Amino acid sequence: MKKKMKIQGKIWLIIDKDKNLINDIDTDMIFHNKYLAITDIEKMGQYTFDNLEGWKDFSSKAKTGDLVIVGKNFGSGSSRQQAVDCFASLGIQAILAESFGAIYKRNAINSGLPILQIKEIDLQRFNQREEIEINLVDGSTNSKYLVIEPFSKVQKDIYQAGNLFKFGKI
Amino acid sequence: MSKTIVEKIIQLHSDEEVKAGKIVWMKIDIRTARDFGGPNVVKNIEKYYPNEQLPDKQNIFFTFDTVAPAKTIPYANSQQICREFAKKNGIKVFDVDAGIGTHILMETGLARPGRTLVGTDSHFNILGAVGAFGQGMGDQDIAFAFRTGKTWFEVPETIKINLKGKFSYPTTGKDLVLYILKKIGSKGALGKCIEYYGECLKDLSFAEYITLCSMMTEMGGIVSFPEPNQNVKNFLIERTGENPEFIYADKDAKYCDEIVIDVNDLQPQIACPPKPDNVKDVEILKGLKIGSVFVGSCTNGRIEDIRDVAEILKGKKVAKEIMLRIVPATKEVYGQMLKENLVQILYDAGAIISNPGCGGCASGQIGMTGKGEVQISTSNRNFTGKQGAGKTYLASPITAAFAALKGEL
Repeated sequence: MKKKMKIQGKIWLIIDKDKNLINDIDTDMIFHNKYLAITDIEKMGQYTFDNLEGWKDFSSKAKTGDLVIVGKNFGSGSSRQQAVDCFASLGIQAILAESFGAIYKRNAINSGLPILQIKEIDLQRFNQREEIEINLVDGSTNSKYLVIEPFSKVQKDIYQAGNLFKFGKI
Repeated sequence: MSKTIVEKIIQLHSDEEVKAGKIVWMKIDIRTARDFGGPNVVKNIEKYYPNEQLPDKQNIFFTFDTVAPAKTIPYANSQQICREFAKKNGIKVFDVDAGIGTHILMETGLARPGRTLVGTDSHFNILGAVGAFGQGMGDQDIAFAFRTGKTWFEVPETIKINLKGKFSYPTTGKDLVLYILKKIGSKGALGKCIEYYGECLKDLSFAEYITLCSMMTEMGGIVSFPEPNQNVKNFLIERTGENPEFIYADKDAKYCDEIVIDVNDLQPQIACPPKPDNVKDVEILKGLKIGSVFVGSCTNGRIEDIRDVAEILKGKKVAKEIMLRIVPATKEVYGQMLKENLVQILYDAGAIISNPGCGGCASGQIGMTGKGEVQISTSNRNFTGKQGAGKTYLASPITAAFAALKGEL
C-alpha cells in the first residue's frame, strides 16, 4: 500500500512560558531512562515528554493524527529508539523541528515516522491546535508562514516501504 | 579527490564515491548492542529475519554496561533476552562484570584506526580516540547492521579546530572539552565531524583523548578525530600488537568551517545545570556547597582519572556528609586500582566504590540525586532529571576530588 505523501493534522507547538519553541529537548526529557526496560510500543506513549517542564501531561492531551512542532536540536542525547517510538505509540503523525539530533533523525527515518526539518516558521501566525497540511514530496504547506525541507530520497524510500527492514536489501 | 578523515574511513567501507553530504551505503566492521536497546535489537531480528544466519558473527558483541548487574526484574529480563539470543547464535557477550562496551572495544584492540563500529550507545563516537569511526545508533539500525553488516549514512561535513597554546595541571582534557563545548555550543557540531589539531594534544594522556572524544555527542556531532599522539600510538601497539595505521586527512581536504580556539593557560572548567554547554570557570563558582560527587562514566572512568582522584585524597578524608561515589569504566580498570592500592586509598578517604559500568548516567547504577542535592559529576550530561532530581555540575576528576575534600568548590 502506498503511503500518503500529503498529511494534515492539528499541531502541538512545544513552547516554553515565553512562547518560544523549546530547543535542545533531549531524549531523557522525551522518554526518561527510568522507562528504558519497556520494549512494548503500546506502553511507551504514556511516558512521552514526562520529563519536559510544562509538558508532562502531553500524553493525556495528544490525539491520534496530531503533529508536533519543536525547536532546534530535538532528540539530542542518547540513542534510544523509544524516544521516537513513543510518538508513534500516541499516533503522532509527524514531528517538525528546526533541527534534529543526528541519531534521533536516523531512528525516526528508519522507523518510518515522518520527521520534517523546518526551514522557516513565523510562530506568531500559528495557534495551538490549529490544523495544517503538509506535502512531504515538495515540502509545501497550506501556510506561507511555514516552509519545510522535503523528504530526502532515503527517507522517502524507507517511509514508503514502512521501515528500514522492509526497505533494506540484504 | 581530497578527503577528510571521515570521508576516507567511509570510502574504505563503501563501493560508492564518498563525499560530504551524500548518502551512501557503508560496511560496518564491528556491531554491538548493550542492555539498553539490546532486547529490541533481538526483537527486531526475530521479527524481520526469523531463523536467518547472522553474517560475520565473530564481529558481533553484546555488552551489558548500563544497569550492571540488573537491579530490577525488567532489566534482568532484558539482559537475559540478549544472553539467550547470543547463546543460540554463537555471539560473544561481555556480561555485567565487564564494564563499558566502548572501553572494552578499545582495551581488546577491536577498535583501531580506520575501522567502523556501531552500538546502541550514543557515546560510541568515543572511538574517535583511536582513529576509528564509532557511531551510536538506535535498535532498528543496529538490528539491520547485525543482519546485513552495513548501514546507510549521510557522509558528514567536517569542522577543523585548531587549538592554540598549552595548559597544565590542574587543567585536564575534561576542562579542554568543556571549554570547546562552551565555545561552539550544544549545536556547534550538529550532524558534523571535528578534526582537532594543536600542540596541546601532544601532552594529553590516552584517557584524555577518550574524554575529549566522548563529549562530541554533547556538541551534537557524529565523531571527532584528535590528531593522534604518542600515548595513543603506544596504547594501540600494546592492545593490537601492531603499529597503528592512522588515517590522516588530505592536505587540501574540504572543511565546512575552520575554528581557532585559544586554550593557552586554560583554567579548570565546569558545566552548570541544566546543560553541558553552560560552562564557566570553576573559579567563578568557588565556595559552592555540594552534597555528593560522582567519578566515573565513559567520559572519565579510566585508571588515569582514578589515579588523579586518589592522589588528592591519599591520607585524607572527604568532607563530612559528602557522598563520594567511584565507578571504574571496566573490569581492567578495577583490577588496576587493586594492583595500585587505589581501592584502599579511596576506601580510607571515605569513598563508595562500585563494580564497573556506566555508573551515574544510566538510571542510577550507583544511586541518583535527591531534590536539592548538588552533585559534582565527571560524566557528560547534566540535563534536568538525568542523574536524579538534584542539580548536576560537570567537571574533571581533579575538580571533583578537591570538591569532595572540601565539601565545596
